[in-house]
Amino acid sequence: MPDLAGFGPQLLVGAAVSFDLALGALALGLGLGLAGAAAKLSPHGWIRIPVTVAFNLLRGVPEFLILLIVYFGTARLLGDKWGLGPFGAGIFALGLVFGAYSSETFRGGFLAVPAGQIEAARAFGMTPTQTFFRVRLPQAWRFALPGIGNLWQGLIKDTSLVSVLGLEETLRKANIAAQVTRHPFTFYLAAMGIYLIFATASWPVFAWLERRANRCLAS
Amino acid sequence: MSGFLAHLFDLAADNRDVFLNGIGLTIELLIFSTAIGFVLAVPLALVRFSHSRAVRAMGYGYSHLFRGTPLLTQLFLIYYGLAQFEAVRQSELWPILRDPWPCALIALSLNMAAYLAEVLRGGIMGVPKGEREAGLAAGMSPGLLYRRIILPRALGIAWPALGNEVILQLKATALVSTVTLLDLTGVARRIVTRTYSIDALFIAGLAYIALTYAIGQTFRLVERRLNRHLTP
Repeated sequence: MPDLAGFGPQLLVGAAVSFDLALGALALGLGLGLAGAAAKLSPHGWIRIPVTVAFNLLRGVPEFLILLIVYFGTARLLGDKWGLGPFGAGIFALGLVFGAYSSETFRGGFLAVPAGQIEAARAFGMTPTQTFFRVRLPQAWRFALPGIGNLWQGLIKDTSLVSVLGLEETLRKANIAAQVTRHPFTFYLAAMGIYLIFATASWPVFAWLERRANRCLAS
Repeated sequence: MSGFLAHLFDLAADNRDVFLNGIGLTIELLIFSTAIGFVLAVPLALVRFSHSRAVRAMGYGYSHLFRGTPLLTQLFLIYYGLAQFEAVRQSELWPILRDPWPCALIALSLNMAAYLAEVLRGGIMGVPKGEREAGLAAGMSPGLLYRRIILPRALGIAWPALGNEVILQLKATALVSTVTLLDLTGVARRIVTRTYSIDALFIAGLAYIALTYAIGQTFRLVERRLNRHLTP
């Protein structure tokens, strides 16, 4: 990496923060997405309907606005001392958005598991829990993975929004360097390069995950 | 809950003109950036089918660059970044590039073009081979074939995906408030700093939901018309 007037290492520190933020939001988002998919597929209306409505509404609101609501809302409710802070608010807001979208991806994945396989598992005497973990989830994961990969690409880019709250991730570090050196073009371009590297490096990882998820299938 | 909604309604009514101006700017940016993005997207999609490897690579490079980086960085690069160059500051274009509105429009349009090009490319690939061959058999030149057969059909095929992109673009316009523009998010943020309450953000959220719904309905209506020759 070029020296960038001494700000190169700072940008790398920012890149690490961006990556942590994305991983945290991914973990929360996958959990929410699976739970959301389960709720959307539930036969009980009292859980299915509110979750479906809430997640659909969430997808109609800009991620940036959700981030602002989470950050300022928790600060208001819990006070500055107990509020989430920019990093926590970023994970929570981006995880919520990821969950809202991935619940659709997972729902599609669960619906794509052939009914015959579930019946076969029952016929083998598997309990519903065993069926879920040994048959339904691995198969749904296989169908959902390409969609999850696309959502992850969006998530990496959305982490840049948290810079507006002052979190010193990639873009905020670039802002600071741009102001100090008066070379904004150079540093925003460098920040874009970092996001592009994250995006590009993610594809082989997802390709490997997909190969792994599909390893049981005859090619 | 209903008390909270009534309170939001009062707040919206008190700031009616401010919110309407914000919604106006949001819709303005959405329509203009989608239109410019579409005009740029057609050639960007077509070059992906070029016989020249270099031309294809350029089209791919553009898409990859704009879809692989955050819109916020693109916006900052254009609005704050270009001022780094003396040549830009001395040029005729400087009065335009120093203003946040044109910069936001440029960033949104270039970004939209990359996404729309991908959608159109998918649509073009989805045109049945037989229709293309029928056009060629009727003696159409490649230009005429694209204008009369392939592009209209690709538009019909890609239409639902285009609708999704417009909804995503609506949400993307919220970022222009970071370069001081008073769009729907911008006015809500301004009211938040004035009232020390985040309720204005909820009003903005509800307005975005309404706009999303309206865009979805419009696209569904037009879809039926575009593909009317296919409906029984």
